[in-house]
Amino acid sequence: MSAPLLSVRDLRTEFATKAGPIKAVDGVCFDLQAGEILGLVGESGSGKTVTGFSILGLIDPPGRIAGGSVRLEGRELVGLTNAALRDVRGKQIAMVFQDPSATLNPVLSIGAQMKLALDAHGRSSATVARERSVEVLTRVGIPDPAKRLDAYPHQFSGGMRQRVAIAIALLNRPKLIICDEPTTALDVSIQAQILTEMKALARDMGTAMIWISHDLATVSSIASRILVMYAGRIIEEGGVAEVLRAPRHPYTRGLLESLPANATPGQDLMQIPGSTPSLLNLPPGCPFAPRCSYADDLCRTEPPRLTSGSRAVRCHHPLAMEAA
Amino acid sequence: MLGFIIQRLLQSVVVMLVISLLVFLGVYAIGNPIDVLISPDATQQIREQTIRAYGLDQPLWKQYWDFLRRLLSGDFGRSFVYNMPVLQLIFSRLPATLELTLVAVIGATLLGVPLGMYAGYKPDSAISKGIMAFSVLGFSVPTFWIGLVLIFTFAVQLGWLPAGNRGETISVFGVEWSFLTLDGWKHLLLPALNLSLFKFAMMVRLARAGARETMLTDTVRFARASGESEWTILRRHVLRLIAIPLVTVFGLELSSTLAFAVVTETIFSWPGIGKLIIDSIQTLDRPVMVAYLMLVAFLFIVINLIVDLSYAALDPRLRIRRTA
Ligand SMILES: Nc1ncnc2c1ncn2[C@@H]1O[C@H](COP(=O)(O)OP(=O)(O)O)[C@@H](O)[C@H]1O
Ligand SMILES: [Mg+2]
Repeated sequence: MSAPLLSVRDLRTEFATKAGPIKAVDGVCFDLQAGEILGLVGESGSGKTVTGFSILGLIDPPGRIAGGSVRLEGRELVGLTNAALRDVRGKQIAMVFQDPSATLNPVLSIGAQMKLALDAHGRSSATVARERSVEVLTRVGIPDPAKRLDAYPHQFSGGMRQRVAIAIALLNRPKLIICDEPTTALDVSIQAQILTEMKALARDMGTAMIWISHDLATVSSIASRILVMYAGRIIEEGGVAEVLRAPRHPYTRGLLESLPANATPGQDLMQIPGSTPSLLNLPPGCPFAPRCSYADDLCRTEPPRLTSGSRAVRCHHPLAMEAA
Repeated sequence: MLGFIIQRLLQSVVVMLVISLLVFLGVYAIGNPIDVLISPDATQQIREQTIRAYGLDQPLWKQYWDFLRRLLSGDFGRSFVYNMPVLQLIFSRLPATLELTLVAVIGATLLGVPLGMYAGYKPDSAISKGIMAFSVLGFSVPTFWIGLVLIFTFAVQLGWLPAGNRGETISVFGVEWSFLTLDGWKHLLLPALNLSLFKFAMMVRLARAGARETMLTDTVRFARASGESEWTILRRHVLRLIAIPLVTVFGLELSSTLAFAVVTETIFSWPGIGKLIIDSIQTLDRPVMVAYLMLVAFLFIVINLIVDLSYAALDPRLRIRRTA
């Protein structure tokens, strides 16, 4: 395997609060190859967004990256100055957020916002900026893009707005786009369209993606590899097919069983019992132990370690390979 | 847009009519103007003559109608005290107030908005705390007291600046302006400073609150994730996003200062309109009071209209669709 595009090692991001530090990201490790789509899945609050922002160095106080390393093509990003990080943001790694109506600036035209994003990485003439903007807007399926440059975000539908945000992310031809639940706020039909288009986009342009979602179904339809996050940690990693066919962590299996597609008709959806633990007082052992039907004394006292390799699990009693 | 303007203009006419009625009732119909016009020892005959001459024997609605007709024809009468046409009197005083107000309000805005934005951008820095402490001062210390301190410090003790009057003026189109001469500026500085302190404090607080809130939005995060510099973000995104409350307060302060700069004008013997109205209230110079009140109402309406129109310029969501 070639050297990875992005290599994250033992990434730890904390937020200082009055009640103590919140370890929102706690020792996350993964590699990402150029052009690969990696899915990052987990319940809300598991640290997916913070992981994305940490990669870009966009953690504001009271948060801070407490340790670890993020290497982009071998270059360490953690600890870079803000000015140096600015050259990376948008140019090497771009990001798309969950709510397109909140990300676009409501009082600037689409064209003006695209010009700002372009100018952040070297000023270009108005004509060149327009041409490039039209190019990417066409790429994401905005009809009549030259005309739409003068339109404002409120003149687009939710799905179109997210396409515009994706177009802005594409402007400077980044090698990696972090997509933080970009379809969560959209209608199901538009969700599916955008998923298909993004997949094609990644393939055609060789752009790598980290696709973040709380929805295992969405992630598995676009990604080739999956990371499952729980309480700031990676608890399972593997190829999509393997993870779906034979999840090894009880939490992953719970996620899988709670998918509507896997429900027995006429029965209630399966649900993982309990709720996500407070990051302020995690149990001493495995953070999932209180919700896990397999948990024993070992799980309650000793935190499990992530096994090594590309098919990894963080569990004292992983499910058998063939079980599903 | 045109429809909106026409609608607003019609509204303004109605408002002006209502105000003219209130002014008429307040200034003419309440109390007996005759007692002011003639000496107490005048004969009954002179008394009745005067009543007829001023139309005071007519029914009230007729008096109002005549009053309105005179206003509409631009006839505001003559000042009892100065014995000159009221309009001429007012327009000889208005420029002094106008330039003082504009210098104070614009100065407060140009200084207050950037400083307030800085304080909202870096709320914990020592400079921001200094700015905020100063703004508390501007809010809580009475204008007259600051005026006296300014005169005592800069005029009496240090002797740097004059303590009153307009100084040298230059006439443009028959109107005298101080801001066109160096000496005029020297005279303008202290009263403008005195007037602007409160407005400065207000702008600082507004800009700070707006910037603080806006810095936490996804719009700013998205701009950062695109690699835009902090300077670009503050100038192009944040300033535009917080502009509407700033413009609103700018308009309100401009109108209210035009109307009520009286304290400062009195302390600095600034021959403006505020001093004129106080004098005319004391001498019961009714035509001056009427013209002044109508003028102030008119200025409020015009400034409000401009502020409303600027909303549409600042926020595309407020633009009314031109074609359906
Ligand atoms: N600004 C912040 N201050 C304090 N805690 C935060 C902040 N941002 C995120 N967190 C904490 O980090 C945890 C992970 O958040 P997040 O990454 O947004 O979850 P996800 O994206 O997986 O839903 C949350 O539980 C939250 O408590
Ligand atoms: Mg999130």
